[in-house]
Amino acid sequence: MHGNLDAIPAISAQQVTKVFGAGPGSVTALDKVSIDIQRNEFFTLLGPSGCGKTTLLRLIAGFDHPTSGRIDLEGSDISYLPPFKRPVNTVFQSYALFPHMSVAENIGFGLKMLGKPAAEIDAEVEVMLKLVKMEAMRDRSTAQISGGQQQRVALARALAPKPKVLLLDEPLSALDLKLRKEMQIELKRLQHETGITFVFVTHDQEEALTMSDRIAVMSAGKVLQVGTPRDIYDRPSRRFVADFIGDTNFMDAELVSAGKGSDSKASLKLASGKQIAASLPDGDMSAGTVTAVVRPEHAWLTKPKASSVLTGNLETIVYFGTDTHYHVSLATGGMFTVRMQNARGQAGEFSEGDEVGIDIDADAVQVLRD
Amino acid sequence: MADAPAKPFSIRRQTGFGFIALCCFVLLYTPILILVFYSFNAGTSIAIWEGFSWRWYEAAWQNERVVDASITSLKVAISAAFLATVCATLAALATTRTAPYRGITAIYAAINQPLMVPEIVTAVALLIFFAMIKVYTGYQGLAYLIIAHTAFCIPFAYLPIRARLENMDLSLEQAAADLYASPWQTFRHVTLPLMAPGILAGAMLAFVISLDDVVITEFVKSGGQDTLPTYMLGQLRRIITPEINAISTVFLGISVAVVTVFFLLNRKGGSSS
Repeated sequence: MHGNLDAIPAISAQQVTKVFGAGPGSVTALDKVSIDIQRNEFFTLLGPSGCGKTTLLRLIAGFDHPTSGRIDLEGSDISYLPPFKRPVNTVFQSYALFPHMSVAENIGFGLKMLGKPAAEIDAEVEVMLKLVKMEAMRDRSTAQISGGQQQRVALARALAPKPKVLLLDEPLSALDLKLRKEMQIELKRLQHETGITFVFVTHDQEEALTMSDRIAVMSAGKVLQVGTPRDIYDRPSRRFVADFIGDTNFMDAELVSAGKGSDSKASLKLASGKQIAASLPDGDMSAGTVTAVVRPEHAWLTKPKASSVLTGNLETIVYFGTDTHYHVSLATGGMFTVRMQNARGQAGEFSEGDEVGIDIDADAVQVLRD
Repeated sequence: MADAPAKPFSIRRQTGFGFIALCCFVLLYTPILILVFYSFNAGTSIAIWEGFSWRWYEAAWQNERVVDASITSLKVAISAAFLATVCATLAALATTRTAPYRGITAIYAAINQPLMVPEIVTAVALLIFFAMIKVYTGYQGLAYLIIAHTAFCIPFAYLPIRARLENMDLSLEQAAADLYASPWQTFRHVTLPLMAPGILAGAMLAFVISLDDVVITEFVKSGGQDTLPTYMLGQLRRIITPEINAISTVFLGISVAVVTVFFLLNRKGGSSS
């Protein structure tokens, strides 16, 4: 996927554990986390608050140090290096712009601290102002610009020293929806133009899916799954991942034939008695009872027929404009949601109370590891 | 009454509020106004008005002992305010710029101790302590007063500096460190400029407190030394002329000016953060 010449990852976290406090009141924020972040990658740490994503970011920035394990930056150990000695810059959630400096002084601060000559700083600040489209604001105080503009200044300030890795701590969370969408595109553009590795922290699954090259889903201090947005969405390996990202139907099933390896197929026997092909998560899976997931848009409704994978009673229909959600009470118990795109002249095909059959796309069933 | 629209409770509308407030202001300011008024008396009495004159201001200006005491006061107040502010700044940094640690409450208490201990106790303690040093060193100079004033000015300087630091976003310093500023550069370029209004406010408060002190100064000063307040106290034991009023009025003017600047600084600091 990123099979280029730079085989050494930009960031490599190896068995990183971070414990805050000591004794019975201590909190394990990170539990043996290992992640490789490739160069020039837009990498997202995704998870609910308290999952450890911000702690991992702070360890990479140097504001905290790991309790055990190590963090490498382009192959050299930076675990205990103070923040000012790391070629890594951060965009803070609160932006943390210096209130006593102008926009230009903020952007030039890093270069000034690196001891660059004034002429070089001025030139670089101009480039950065242009990059984030803030040329007109160069001499404003940071209190005189809007939240979106502050965000751009914070980005420019962190990018100006040309760090090897840019860390972004939920930088869009303070913006309103429209501005957030704009900044998502803006961030992708900046990453593309600068070629800098971005490590982005968010709890917003949609943001993660739309922006990232790869995503690490975190929960309770552990990394549960790392993969492309498509991997994470289509082939979740764990219940938490499937549940946290998008809508999912969970089904109990019997794994008939066990497989091995990442692309192996297995045969699943559903509660309805029907057999269906399913993908297995990485690693060994032994036969027995498992949980499988199907995304609502990977199934469709039919009139009940002998070949239907599932059958049930259509309880509610929820119209969303672009698509419609059908909530079906299965004959074998439990609920199943089907999402179908709306087309003209299709209305009224099904109505609440109908007996319906459900078919599932080939290759749409994913077996979970837990 | 029952039909009247319910107004939110306001203490200002309670019966007697205006009257009590007026009494307080009269009590606070009448004596001061009388003092200022009689400083312009042409006669020698501080209670019988004989016409307007600047004579007591001129008398005070030409009184060498008043001038000497004023210079001593300024020397002590400036030195003590400077030293107390340096100590208070360091103390404020140490109590706000670190993770909470064991004994931090005890440290707050220790720093603010001079506000709690009766001044007379501090005065007697310092008298005895300095007397011992005087015996061993023979030194009789101003340093005793400066050290004593520094000690009781520290908490006054500490409070506005700490308030300023507590309002300051810790992530600003992290941002500086993240942008390659060493701890010293972070302090020099970020922490210090942002806490400067607090430091200035603390210094001015310390200055006014030192300028005003009587009790500790009276106990600690060596023979022949006088600050303006102890000189005035000494004078009261002899003949009282409106010269005292004139000195007090000038003193009042300086204090009001410094305190006004202090409030303006604090307000500016408050609105920017």
